[in-house]
Amino acid sequence: MSGVRLLVGTRKGAFVLTSDGKRDKWEVNGPHFAGWEIYHLKGSPVDQNRLYASQSSGWFGQIVQRSNDGGKTWEPVGNKFAYDGVPGTHQWYDGTPHPWEFKRVWHLEPSLHDPDTVYAGVEDAALFQTTDGGQNWTELPGLRGHGSGPRWQPGAGGLCLHTILIDPSDPKRIFIAISAAGAFRSDDGAKTWQPINRGLRSEGIPNPTAEVGHCVHRIAMHRSRPRTLFMQKHWDVMRTDDGGDSWQEVSGNLPTDFGFVIDVHAHEPETIYVVPIKSDSEHFPLDGRLRVYRSRGGGNEWEALTNGLPQRDCYVNVLRDAMSVDSLDPCGVYFGTTGGQVYASANAGDSWTAVVRDLPPVISVEVQTLR
Amino acid sequence: MIRVVLPPHLRTLARVTDEVAVEVDGRPTLGSVLDALEASYPVLRGTIRDHVTLKRRPFLRFFACEEDLSHERPDTPLPDAVVRGAEPFLVVGAMAGG
Repeated sequence: MSGVRLLVGTRKGAFVLTSDGKRDKWEVNGPHFAGWEIYHLKGSPVDQNRLYASQSSGWFGQIVQRSNDGGKTWEPVGNKFAYDGVPGTHQWYDGTPHPWEFKRVWHLEPSLHDPDTVYAGVEDAALFQTTDGGQNWTELPGLRGHGSGPRWQPGAGGLCLHTILIDPSDPKRIFIAISAAGAFRSDDGAKTWQPINRGLRSEGIPNPTAEVGHCVHRIAMHRSRPRTLFMQKHWDVMRTDDGGDSWQEVSGNLPTDFGFVIDVHAHEPETIYVVPIKSDSEHFPLDGRLRVYRSRGGGNEWEALTNGLPQRDCYVNVLRDAMSVDSLDPCGVYFGTTGGQVYASANAGDSWTAVVRDLPPVISVEVQTLR
Repeated sequence: MIRVVLPPHLRTLARVTDEVAVEVDGRPTLGSVLDALEASYPVLRGTIRDHVTLKRRPFLRFFACEEDLSHERPDTPLPDAVVRGAEPFLVVGAMAGG
């Protein structure tokens, strides 16, 4: 019997939502870690019961939780994230040097092959790794050591490493993205990195086509085409077909190309989803209408998906880690809002229902397809 | 034994429901009580003070006997009433909404 498990991180706890393969009836379990900010939860691709969660608080700092039973019970593991060597400085909002300071884990990306190995993207931006199930975390210093670190600057949400994509065909190839530094690629298992931002244009930095400094909000990949990436930048939806060596804009007929999330259909590598947001100063849908946009041709031509979504008086946001797809057929698409709704589509976006409506503001949504 | 009152989130994390008691060798100080607390409850490491610098996290306060000890040095002796167990040592989250 197949089913799905949604792992929902919110401002006030984590929730685990489960359904069978029909995806029409849901059981809601939570809150776990009530009162804490849960930036992200994710399951191991090789052990569906092994989950990791990033739990943090402005008062008490960072905790990492691990579950070995699919989220029924949890145990705290290691929470020491110490930068390698002398951390140095990055740019502050006003361009002055600012010391690197660990604040929280934004994203946990379990290895494709080992449930005990997990990458963590953190604020201030750096990449950490555990190989013992979360007990110990070590910075992979090649990223900050690339040389451009002193020019990285925080976006409005902080200097966060929020996206980690591992190439299924070559685990040594890893893509990451940082707000606001841009996208980077390693071809040698995170030892060395190169910025991959050629083709991006950002008006909020002195040189709009600079090598680094771009506010990349999210990158998505289809596992069958790991050299093709889709990007929701601060403004602009972009794609690359050469592993990030060059990017082309595919915003096309979107009503606004600002947004946070982007994802790819599980079975159609050219079908992609975004949620356009009005602007960087008005973080809510255009005209109060919550619309997912789908392109079946890898961008440029987009269609609005509105069936089941509020089409008036809707002023929520959909944050960068808050969309996910399952691998059932038809493909399920899920996203959460800052208004506490989690919407699900069991038909690739044609229609939507609210699985829950009144959670705390949703930060992240991950889905596990249970077999 | 030194009685320590933790804020609710740290009680949940440490899986305790009430105040805890820790034993300290020698004259108890601010630092040695926190050392003992973290030794008894390793999950609290990093949540009250920084793992490396051992500096108090900015949004936490230390109170005892109606005094604010937040800015005292780690080798500051705790008040006699706390040492005798008549009064608890309080770890308090700074007040804030949200």
